[in-house]
Amino acid sequence: MYEFEYVKPGSLDAAKSAIAGAEDGKLMAGGMTLIPTLKQRLASPSDVVDLGGLGDLAGIRKDGDSIVIGAMTRHADVAASADVKAAIPALADLAEGIGDPQVRNRGTIGGSIANNDPAADYPAALVALGATVRTTKRELAAEDFFTGMFETALEDDEIITEVVFPTAEKAAYAKFPNPASRYAIVGVFVAKGSSGVKVAVTGAGPAVFRVPEMETALSGNFSADALKGISVSADDLNSDIHAGADYRAHLVGVMAQRAVKAAG
Amino acid sequence: MANVTMTINGKQVSGEVESRTLLVEFLRDQQRLTGTHVGCDTSQCGACVVHVNGDSAKSCTMLAVQADGADVTTIEGLANGDDLHPMQAAFRENHGLQCGFCTPGMIMSAIDLVKNNADPSETEIREWLEGNICRCTGYHNIVKSIKAGAEAMRG
Repeated sequence: MYEFEYVKPGSLDAAKSAIAGAEDGKLMAGGMTLIPTLKQRLASPSDVVDLGGLGDLAGIRKDGDSIVIGAMTRHADVAASADVKAAIPALADLAEGIGDPQVRNRGTIGGSIANNDPAADYPAALVALGATVRTTKRELAAEDFFTGMFETALEDDEIITEVVFPTAEKAAYAKFPNPASRYAIVGVFVAKGSSGVKVAVTGAGPAVFRVPEMETALSGNFSADALKGISVSADDLNSDIHAGADYRAHLVGVMAQRAVKAAG
Repeated sequence: MANVTMTINGKQVSGEVESRTLLVEFLRDQQRLTGTHVGCDTSQCGACVVHVNGDSAKSCTMLAVQADGADVTTIEGLANGDDLHPMQAAFRENHGLQCGFCTPGMIMSAIDLVKNNADPSETEIREWLEGNICRCTGYHNIVKSIKAGAEAMRG
């Protein structure tokens, strides 16, 4: 690991100035991706601004029909939250399936979505549930937030503060995990909410994407049978040592059907 | 260089570290607490699991500076003199190890499981061990040990 300046601000304002003032700064939430990346010398930021001191950014609350999750809330806390389990059980299930217990004890929702790993779980939930990402500068709809592989709409000095999840009438997440890392080879989040049915896929492509054909089919008939015969093109999907694009395309159909069944 | 102060196994310690010093390096190299092992050094194997403020964490994937002010427990902090912690005793009784390299991490992880789930089923134990890799045992006796350890911890 290359050496860097380490800063641990005690307030959001201090964090904003620290990242704005750094030559090539990097924000760190739980560090579950950043620290391995630094260890491999794949990144060499001048400054690491640790958000671990911002207790105000951690926590879960109900706000009308929505669940609001602070950016520094750990996966373990989302998985164990009675509010999340009651309002959006699929989201608690998703959090429970991320990585391993030690990753869930430190990794955060804000860190995960800011990183936007193509195989991360949370992006599928945000897009399918129609979540809103609140930052120090603005509010962004999930679909506008995730822009590409490891890319988001965030500016360099913009910090995620919380994520607002509208509750859904029905929702479930089905994932085919890499057996070693538990990252999604393919994960499909299906939600039926006030804005209709949404099907969001992670792991398969460069970034999370929706499958409009499945959404239309499910809008008429919310059952796994409605998805039979709908296939996703392998053209833009990922191929790596874990799975080829054709196999991922196949898994999108299988996982979508499983998610619909689980959503009931 | 930064000065860090933390409580390790009930004792307050301080030391000078670089920003990039990992918690496991601080524990092993500076505090000479070599019971915490480094296996893969890529956050997968769990040989380096310790407790930070009561929760299990992989100390190879934490900076020492992040643990400034924290309460850290390592495998050395479990026994009470010659009396092993019930989970340590259960691993010994049930032959929960062969080479022993993964054992400190297994035990630290297992105690965190029991904190969250006092009576875990075999399936729950196996799922919880997602982040702990053993290359000797096939896990069978580790699972048995954790079941017995959980029972002993319930008292």
